Amino acid sequence: MEKSSSCESLGSQPAAARPPSVDSLSSASTSHSDHSAHIKSASVISSDSISTSADNFSPDLRVLRETNKLAEMEEPPLLPGENIKDMAKDVTYICPFTGAVRGTLTVTNYRLYFKSMERDPPFVLDASLGVISRVEKIGGASSRGENSYGLETVCKDIRNLRFAHKPEGRTRRSIFENLMKYAFPVSNNLPLFAFEYKEVFSENGWKLYDPLLEYRRQVLSWIHPESQATITRCSQPMVGVSGKRSKEDEKYLQAIMDSNAQSHKIFIFDARPSVNAVANKAKGGGYESEDAYQNAELVFLDIHNIHVMRESLRKLKEIVYPNIEETHWLSNLESTHWLEHIKLILAGALRIADKVESGKTSVVVHCSDGWDRTAQLTSLAMLMLDGYYRTIRGFEILVEKEWLSFGHRFQLRIGHGDKNHADADRSPVFLQFIDCVWQMTRQFPTAFEFNEYFLITILDHLYSCLFGTFLCSSEQQRGKENLLKRTVSLWSYINSQLEDFTNPLYVSYSNHVLYPVASMRHLELWVGYYIRWNPRMKPQEPIHSRYKELLAKRAELQKKVEELQREISSRSSSSSERAGSPAQCATPVQTVV
Amino acid sequence: MGGAAASAAAWCWWPPLPEEPELWRLVVLAVVLLLPSRGPAPEDGEMLGKGVGGGGGSKAPKPSFVSYVRPEEIHTNEKEVAEKEVTLHLLPGEQLLCEASTVLKCIQDDSGQHGICGKLVCTDFKIAFLGEESTLDDNEPQFKNKLIGENDITLHCVDQIYGVFDEKKKPLFGQLKKYPEKLIIHCKDLRVFHFCLRYTKEEEVKRIVSGIIHHTQAPKLLKRLFLFSYATAKQNSTATGPTHQTVMFDTIKDWHWELERTKGNIKYKAVSANEGYKVCEKLPAYFVVPVSLPEEDISCFQGRGIPIWCWSCHNGCALLKMSAFPKEQDESNLQIQKAFLDGIYKTIHNPPYETLKTEDLSNSFISLQEIQTSYSKFKQLFLIDNSSEFWDTDVKWFSLLESSNWLDIIRRCLKKAIEVIECLEVQNTNVLLIEENASDLCCIISSLVQVMMDPYCRTRFGFQSLIQKEWIMGGHCFLDRCNHLRQNDKEEVPVFLLFLDCVWQLVQQYPPAFEFTETYLTVLSDSLYIPIFSTFFFNSPYQKDANVGKESQDSQNKPLSLLTVWDWSVQFESKAQILLNNPLYVEKPKPDRNPRRAPHFKHQRQLSLPLNPNKSSPKRGFFETDHLIKNLLGKRISKLINSSDELHDNFREFYDSWHSKIVDYHGLLLPHIEGPEIKVWAQRCLRWIPEAQILGGSPVAIMNKVLEMMEEVQSLQKKIDEKHNSLMAPPLDGLSLLRKPARLSSLFPFALLQRHSSKPVLPTNSWKTLGDEEDLAKQEDEFVDLGDV
Repeated sequence: MEKSSSCESLGSQPAAARPPSVDSLSSASTSHSDHSAHIKSASVISSDSISTSADNFSPDLRVLRETNKLAEMEEPPLLPGENIKDMAKDVTYICPFTGAVRGTLTVTNYRLYFKSMERDPPFVLDASLGVISRVEKIGGASSRGENSYGLETVCKDIRNLRFAHKPEGRTRRSIFENLMKYAFPVSNNLPLFAFEYKEVFSENGWKLYDPLLEYRRQVLSWIHPESQATITRCSQPMVGVSGKRSKEDEKYLQAIMDSNAQSHKIFIFDARPSVNAVANKAKGGGYESEDAYQNAELVFLDIHNIHVMRESLRKLKEIVYPNIEETHWLSNLESTHWLEHIKLILAGALRIADKVESGKTSVVVHCSDGWDRTAQLTSLAMLMLDGYYRTIRGFEILVEKEWLSFGHRFQLRIGHGDKNHADADRSPVFLQFIDCVWQMTRQFPTAFEFNEYFLITILDHLYSCLFGTFLCSSEQQRGKENLLKRTVSLWSYINSQLEDFTNPLYVSYSNHVLYPVASMRHLELWVGYYIRWNPRMKPQEPIHSRYKELLAKRAELQKKVEELQREISSRSSSSSERAGSPAQCATPVQTVV
Repeated sequence: MGGAAASAAAWCWWPPLPEEPELWRLVVLAVVLLLPSRGPAPEDGEMLGKGVGGGGGSKAPKPSFVSYVRPEEIHTNEKEVAEKEVTLHLLPGEQLLCEASTVLKCIQDDSGQHGICGKLVCTDFKIAFLGEESTLDDNEPQFKNKLIGENDITLHCVDQIYGVFDEKKKPLFGQLKKYPEKLIIHCKDLRVFHFCLRYTKEEEVKRIVSGIIHHTQAPKLLKRLFLFSYATAKQNSTATGPTHQTVMFDTIKDWHWELERTKGNIKYKAVSANEGYKVCEKLPAYFVVPVSLPEEDISCFQGRGIPIWCWSCHNGCALLKMSAFPKEQDESNLQIQKAFLDGIYKTIHNPPYETLKTEDLSNSFISLQEIQTSYSKFKQLFLIDNSSEFWDTDVKWFSLLESSNWLDIIRRCLKKAIEVIECLEVQNTNVLLIEENASDLCCIISSLVQVMMDPYCRTRFGFQSLIQKEWIMGGHCFLDRCNHLRQNDKEEVPVFLLFLDCVWQLVQQYPPAFEFTETYLTVLSDSLYIPIFSTFFFNSPYQKDANVGKESQDSQNKPLSLLTVWDWSVQFESKAQILLNNPLYVEKPKPDRNPRRAPHFKHQRQLSLPLNPNKSSPKRGFFETDHLIKNLLGKRISKLINSSDELHDNFREFYDSWHSKIVDYHGLLLPHIEGPEIKVWAQRCLRWIPEAQILGGSPVAIMNKVLEMMEEVQSLQKKIDEKHNSLMAPPLDGLSLLRKPARLSSLFPFALLQRHSSKPVLPTNSWKTLGDEEDLAKQEDEFVDLGDV
């Protein structure tokens, strides 16, 4: 576990001499802020575990390094395309867990980096600028008292970072300006960092998903291999108060029904609470009336809108960061409603999956728009029904298909590089989906090929703007921006180092339908994500490391068997041996974990 | 329809419409049609296990009672049932007390409620339902308890009995005026049984209901425990000595061994002053005290006020316990006690070499009353009668859980143990735990400290030995605390269960550090109610010895030999015992013979802590003789340890510093005690609830995968050995316990057949009010023109 010490050595050694693989590991540990002093959990979580190389240091910075030993050691590692925009010494980071610590704060066009050599191991805080939703000044020049003058950043990944500057140092203003500029490039007509990032991976993630191979019709999400029952998604029908009908729409539903020979019924799942659907009628939207859509049954799933969800996450942050109230933890958690929302989304997906699987009926899913709750429901139902989506590649394709291709408006919901933090369009829709997936992995620990780190990495890069994957709000925009050519896909990065993201316990039973239990008794707050900045939380999955030891042991034994085998056969090469024919020891080895 | 409905013994109860009616000819079935109606009642026993039995008596079945089984099917099935008749298995010495036929055991599954027809019996050991046995196919895992079947409830396991009268549920006790149509039994292991008596003959209802109520609720004499009948009947049959390696601490040798193991023998000695319980009936025959303690002091106050050794830490500091003096009004007696304690104190507190801290558990810690109240709320959350109750409580689950306070009590126990460890480990002081009888909270804290500090206690035999030492020999009143004799409900406090739950928290936080699994803890908690084993059925070693005739001078009467719970083969086949052992346990590194002698390895995480023994402790002035004595005298004035802020800081520093380092599974182990880290012992609590069942999922899936891997590793190892000998060896017997992992569910290994189909469980309730977010909920998800962005 000398990961953080390797980070420490970053400046003092010629960086190019280090093998790149080790390098990427070391930055994995450093990126994880307050944990950096807590080595044991360092390997678990990382946001920006991307390797760096010495070439990123501009010549003038090299000079700086030689002249100033300390500053050199407190410099950040840089990605290809990343450069330092501002640096302030003697800044104090007020860590809510381990107290104030003094060091150097650096702002690059990609990250905010703070490092202090005061502590052993050195204290490192590393956050992508994309994660910042707001920057505020605290205190004026006349502020009295220690650490009362500085900056506070509010982050999208459930933490706030507070720095104190020396009032006389005049560093705050320039840091503030640079943060406002580079953390919100969209508001400043600057490109997002993804367009400047110049890393090359062994795999091109943009080639992963070919829509023509994955689905036949634009809105058809999934088809049951045996019963031909389908999951189809759309937005709310334009019924309106007058009860106007759309012949095309009705015909379309009839066609869906007809294509499934086994059932003469179709289920329409409306994600909204029924009250809201009725209210929407007044605005020209609404829901399908059962008169117009014969043989269709309408079910409301009672999932709340983006505003309720946003508020719920805000409340959640309040109770988990920075401090957790011990004795009222459970009632506080309940009052955020967060897990209740998760439960309803899972329950909705369960209903859909059940109708398709045991009812053999086709279903149509929609909410008001068709790209928020609908995407959550269809993608979760598909995860339950189809083991393919539980593999790493399958899951990546699921995200490409159900979220990106069908137009979940990531730009609108996340607000990449936009300084307008109070925008009412922001909502943790995708986060909720990943949370639901995590709940499923908890209930079925061997059914998913990916691990928790995979999910956390996806969420970290949902905000980081390092990769092009989650940029823009539609296929059309993505095409216009030429993302495929100008940015790197998150899947390129992930698929180039699969071992890190693989669940060692994975058993591929692809034909099994998985029904998670949507009961509070089995839902848990995802501590590894929401409370990961708190060093008092338990590091994840000691079982996994033990299991990996077992895998290694097996590989070792397997090797020994083979060696002995060779020895035996060389000794008694003449006689046809029966002891351990080659076929006998050909137990499949799977050492990649 | 599950398999149950296809057999004669199955009835559809409040049936939903059959899904494929053309396959099941609907037969409205009156019970009387099939049975010798209204004739003389069949003899008890004759109808045993026939599935359908018992005349209608005076009660005619309601027309709503429907079976979807063809009559001819019933007849053929009836024959089959008769062939594989379900018989009542009686243990040696067990006697049948009363019985009733045509009882329906109600089972809920996703197609509604079913009834299985059978016979309800009550013996002097258990209540048993004899109905259609759940058929396990060959691939189904076998984790059967050899003593207690799926439908058996030991009398001591019954928690509360309810009767349903006109749809209303009322607790039953004493003499009944009216007999219920349905009997609901809540068990201490959290099972819930529903028995419908509507088709049972009235006199049988009376007999069985009053029999069950009497035998489970009326106060009992110790001598009438089934334990003794069983041991008497078994006496001559098998005389297998215990082959287990658990240290029982019933000989002075065992104490010597423990002293040596912990290197406590320099400062502490084992004494036999209480041999034959001459001094005190509360203390064990042998125990350990400071070397400098004069032996005559032990008998001074019948063992009260004596510091009794629990365990020695690697740095020589010891954990001690002491029972307090009863409250004394007489001034002169008070003076005598004071002088006595003064002397005692001098033997264990000689600064700067030996310092001592006291921890008064009966004053500044959780009260037994609190534990009792909390657990009675907590258990109610899992004793669920039906599906709608499950989903109704699901909405407010977290606040219900919090209001039970159980998880907070667990947290406080763990925290207290960490505080004690901080004193032993960092401050190098001895710690003396004080409690009224030193046999409740003392047991919890001292055992938790040892589980966390001593890796030996995390092995199976080590853990069992610890329970022997601290709980059995420590005189924990199991008989009273479990209320086995139903003599005093107020004394019933689940102290031992609280301890197991604390250990469970550690096990789930650090699985590789424990040789045993959570399943082990769960079956151990169930064993509390099995009156076959002496382990949990006495208040003290004295009480046990006195009742088995060990103390009698009469050499004719051989003392009864009672079974100990540690002999797991009595309950489980060796195949089933695999589930008790943790396959991922990190074994001790080989060259390290004695872990206590290897400071370079042990307690790695402490090396960077301020551990300078010469450093003057900031708490030096903390210890005052007066305080100690006042405390011991029962006039507890001030809280000692808890009031100090400084202590809190020490605790935090120690806790945070430990958690910032790498876990050494063979060193000190501190639990995380933050809110989200203290969890519900799901395996124990949710294992019988069909709605909470995750099919094909949860820890059992991991267990399965790991066992598979172990098997593979073993077979490879075997292959290597084979090849070394260049010999063919017979193929390895696989672990056939866990096949078909996809069929296993989170309820495994306890409730195997709760749900037959693989349909999902859907929540039935919907959203509760959002409160202040109502106006947000009414808003629209914005329609934004894509061009704007």
